[in-house]
Amino acid sequence: MTSDVTQTADKTPTETPETTTGGRIYRPLADIMETGEGVTLMLEMPGVAADDVDITLEQRVLTIRGKVQPTNPERLQLAYAEYGEGDYERSFTLSDDFDPEKINAAVSHGVLTVALPRAAEAQPRKIAVTAS
Amino acid sequence: MFYPTYARRSDPFALMRTMLRDVDRFTPTRTAQPEFPSVNVWQGDEAVAVTAELPGIEPSDIDISVKDNVLTISGKREAPELPEGARWHRNERSYGEFSRAVRMPYAASDDTVEARMTNGILRIVVGRPEEDKPKKIEIKAA
Repeated sequence: MTSDVTQTADKTPTETPETTTGGRIYRPLADIMETGEGVTLMLEMPGVAADDVDITLEQRVLTIRGKVQPTNPERLQLAYAEYGEGDYERSFTLSDDFDPEKINAAVSHGVLTVALPRAAEAQPRKIAVTAS
Repeated sequence: MFYPTYARRSDPFALMRTMLRDVDRFTPTRTAQPEFPSVNVWQGDEAVAVTAELPGIEPSDIDISVKDNVLTISGKREAPELPEGARWHRNERSYGEFSRAVRMPYAASDDTVEARMTNGILRIVVGRPEEDKPKKIEIKAA
């Protein structure tokens, strides 16, 4: 890890149809790693509370949606903006071998962590080969 | 693109040098990259507020300091610990140290600064000091 100031990728809007309210939908940045037990996803969704996250798994497609609570300070006007506020949405196509009942999700400081454990029957089994 | 130096056959590397110079010119430098964290600044009669997106950072890892009229947000983003045998599929987030300075319209004293962190968004409110507020001048009857 370098000690340099890190740069982030721009918050990119998703390629989804327009929203009815005219608000933007952003594509959250994701880190995905795989271990022997399953796959863990970490998505950056600043401004999203745990109650406002919606995760669905349908036909192998995992969809993650997060609703942002907009900051609307009283008696203050936006003078300078570098980031936009909007909901988050991103989908991933998974392989077949995840157990949808065991998906575990948690939000901490604006980062959503989704743990997808592999289904028991999909755990790799070692097959012994006997010499005859 | 036209490279006139190519006509000079005596220096076989002239064309290569010219091309490399073009590559340098079109490659974005580090300074052109976006800053972290992104900030929004809100202004009002009584206060100025700065909001910053700091997802995945513990409030204890963030340092906020005010000197005269410059507000500095700095800290470190820790990379997640990888369990043994784990491998990355994607790594889009970035980690490391960061620092960002924002110039305020007035000098703030420490006791008028308030910071709050909710869901990865840091919000700093800097109150406007009394001496900076406009004074109303009464018109005396002649």
